[in-house]
Amino acid sequence: MSTPTLLKDVVIKFAGDSGDGMQLTGSQFTNNTALLGIDLATFPDFPAEIRAPIGTLPGVSGFQLHFSSDRVYTPGDLCDVLVVMNAAALKVNLKWLKPGGKIIANQDGFDSKNLRLANYPDGVNPLEDGSLHNYELITIDVTKLTREALKEFTTLGMKEKDRAKNMFVLGFIYWMYDRDLDSTINFLNEKFGKRDDILQSNIKVLQAGYNYADTVELFTSRYQVEKAKMEPGTYRSIMGNQALSMGLVAASERSGLPLFVGTYPITPASDILHDLSKLKNFGVRTFQAEDEIAGITTAIGAAYGGSLGVTTTSGPGMALKGEAMGLAMMLEIPLVIVNIQRGGPSTGLPTKTEQSDLLQAYYGRNGECPIPVISSRTPSDCFDAAFEACRIAVQHMTPVILLSDGYIANGAEPWKFPQSEDLPKIDVKFKTELGHHEDKFMPYMRDEKLVRPWVVPGTAGLEHRIGGLEKQNITGNISYDPENHQLMVKLRQEKVDKIAQYIPEQKLDAGPEKGKVLVLGWGSTYGTIKSSVSELLAQGHSVSHAHLRYLRPFPKNLGAILKNFDTILVPEINNGQLVKILRDVYLVDAKPYNKIMGTPFMKSEMTEEIKKYL
Amino acid sequence: MTDTINNSLPKLTAKDFATDQEVRWCPGCGDYSILAQVQRVMPELGIPKEDIVIISGIGCSSRFPYYMNTYGMHSIHGRATAIASGLKASRPELSVWIVTGDGDGLSIGGNHTIHLLRRNLDVNIMLFNNQIYGLTKGQYSPTSETNKVTKSTPSGSIDYPFNPLALAIGANATFIARTMDRDPKHMQEMLKRSHAHKGASFLEIYQNCNIFNDGAFEPFTEKKTKADETLFLEQGKPLIYGAERNKGIVIDGLRPKIVDLTEGVYTESDLWIHDEHDFYKAQTLIRMFDDVNIEGHFPRPFGVFYQDKNKPCYEDIMALQLEDAIAKKGKGDLDKLLRGYEVWDIVE
Repeated sequence: MSTPTLLKDVVIKFAGDSGDGMQLTGSQFTNNTALLGIDLATFPDFPAEIRAPIGTLPGVSGFQLHFSSDRVYTPGDLCDVLVVMNAAALKVNLKWLKPGGKIIANQDGFDSKNLRLANYPDGVNPLEDGSLHNYELITIDVTKLTREALKEFTTLGMKEKDRAKNMFVLGFIYWMYDRDLDSTINFLNEKFGKRDDILQSNIKVLQAGYNYADTVELFTSRYQVEKAKMEPGTYRSIMGNQALSMGLVAASERSGLPLFVGTYPITPASDILHDLSKLKNFGVRTFQAEDEIAGITTAIGAAYGGSLGVTTTSGPGMALKGEAMGLAMMLEIPLVIVNIQRGGPSTGLPTKTEQSDLLQAYYGRNGECPIPVISSRTPSDCFDAAFEACRIAVQHMTPVILLSDGYIANGAEPWKFPQSEDLPKIDVKFKTELGHHEDKFMPYMRDEKLVRPWVVPGTAGLEHRIGGLEKQNITGNISYDPENHQLMVKLRQEKVDKIAQYIPEQKLDAGPEKGKVLVLGWGSTYGTIKSSVSELLAQGHSVSHAHLRYLRPFPKNLGAILKNFDTILVPEINNGQLVKILRDVYLVDAKPYNKIMGTPFMKSEMTEEIKKYL
Repeated sequence: MTDTINNSLPKLTAKDFATDQEVRWCPGCGDYSILAQVQRVMPELGIPKEDIVIISGIGCSSRFPYYMNTYGMHSIHGRATAIASGLKASRPELSVWIVTGDGDGLSIGGNHTIHLLRRNLDVNIMLFNNQIYGLTKGQYSPTSETNKVTKSTPSGSIDYPFNPLALAIGANATFIARTMDRDPKHMQEMLKRSHAHKGASFLEIYQNCNIFNDGAFEPFTEKKTKADETLFLEQGKPLIYGAERNKGIVIDGLRPKIVDLTEGVYTESDLWIHDEHDFYKAQTLIRMFDDVNIEGHFPRPFGVFYQDKNKPCYEDIMALQLEDAIAKKGKGDLDKLLRGYEVWDIVE
């Protein structure tokens, strides 16, 4: 066997029917890649239907992985290798394959029935008609080979045997990239340990795929991608929702407040509930409520009682929680509202990504109702963003909205995870008694941050009532006084504005402090903007990149930064939302760049757009 | 919660539970009586004031927390039950009371009400039923009788009313009772029983709105009709009612039947004996909900219809699951969590 050919950068996409196990195949290959210290980013792309009709175009599920010996910030625009389990998967994904790229096709998925379901004309089979001559086509009869490998497994039915097909493909790809099978065999042991026949059959098929590739000499060579030059340290692979869950738990541990999550299942936020419901030994209480409104109001009840109250949702759920967010804001109690954004409006595109809830987060409530908004930019960054959202909530006695989205929620990357002792302590103090000069408790007396005291039920001598009606300044008694209302509205706004003094100043991610173009992004566009800007900088262009974590209030130096550039370009996966707010706040002629297709920007299109202003 | 009195506590009186806030219900409103009874009962429960939390939604009744010198929250329309659920689930040691109305608890907040009952959190729901929307000035409510002429239904309402207790038993509530504003003694007893019940207590209180729906419950509350129109339930006692204690209820097959005890056919020993732990009897009793204008109608029962003492509470099981997880896996180790299952090192 010759030595493997070294590659710098590979994008591979696994595509098949929803039932073909492509997400599992993709995530297994991801873990295997991560463990070798290769940098990576992933993009799972699946249909809204759990099982769309088998073999059809809407039923295609994909998993794209970009891995490299360089640093990686996006899952890649076009792929080098496309694995397709059926005709529909080829039809949907061929346009994303680079010219000359490899297609690894499951022959059985191109029978007459599958071709018809994928809308190929009668008698046309792309594997046979030469239409793929610009690509390197490798056809394997995965179904037949899988059944062959399992012929001794007499306890398994044909359906069960066929379910292992994805392991054959995975084994094949492992050979192609010179990997060993251990990480997946360990995984299979964990998953199927209790059913020996299923476990053994999966391992058998995995090995069969590997050996098949080794034997048939379909390739002239194998490939290898070396370790990436990453900051030294210990890494793990992490997905956004996983990181977000851990961020909440970490904030609970570092603040000493028990975590309570009131929530209603909704795509793509439900995994946070799943993750947290397993962490009961951290004192985490998860409450699967009867609806979105009960999700947030149970969290308000818990926060009132002294818990770290959190509710998690996506756009439609946000809409339902609006009134309760207003209550939390009036009560001035801490609460974290997590919105894993998806395509809207209405039910929209539940499994696709979008950044279209920013204006909703800013303005989507009745009355003057300012609520701080922060966002996460990459899968691992969801940890820091969640931790920070909790910190602001409890230290400033306010609800905080955290915006993530479907793309980073389900995407994975390597993470140099922190040690718990390196995480800052979140100081929280309940008020437990009257001060020296107080003869009566004043629930709306404010400190220098304009923050009122947090008193939890059970505290003797400080019994008091709070509610959603306008309150008299300081006493918290109901007040319909016009002057008082204006004062309270202004005070609540000022309290939120003041947070700007307690957050870091905005930094540039790349590029000169002054120049032609500042690309200003927020949320999950980070990786694409970073890749494009670093490429343009390498070419000598005058371009910089700043990425906002804090969207409300903005960092106090943001206005000054904006003045240093001829053009402010604001790319967003929406119809132009941050750009509106920037224009409003800073009177700046910021330029929007928008894509509303349920997918992230591609690096190539981002680079082209920036170039227009250079 | 238990109803044992902690003798070490300073003796509190009704006055200790009043606040300095002016009570702003309309003069003559039934809410005054309910407030008075709650303030009278609270000191007898033996709970420190600071451990009591009263949560309300929106509506006339929902002003209640402002008048109680305990912890309290006047929240948003229909959501008191959900807020209370989150509080109780996370702070099981608190005594949590919910004040709601027929609009707040059965219309806009109906969903949370049934789910709270289903989960059986140990809280006390006081549903002030006045069969009208008072705060919005007189539209019909989900408990208003059909064909009710109100501001929003000039031609008469079309919908059929809820029977609140039937809704509660449909949600498998573990404590179901009814009382009225005009019977302070009975209300005090029902409040004590609600508190003593370990689990979700659903207490419907007939409350007169003298502005928009005056006299809605007159047949049950007025002296001249009360005895013949009401049936006060007592555990282990036969179902007898009437001004002369001359009428009773027997079970005839699967149905209840009104009998005259003076005709010599039936005696007390033939009558239905009330058993508040009998789910099937409770369902029948709850269905005695006739329009008083119908010939031969059943009297309206008051008292405790049903109690299930054996169903565990949500918050207790939740706490047990936490304890159990710690016993099995050890107290959560953040560094272990952050590290996960598989890691790799990058060295310089």
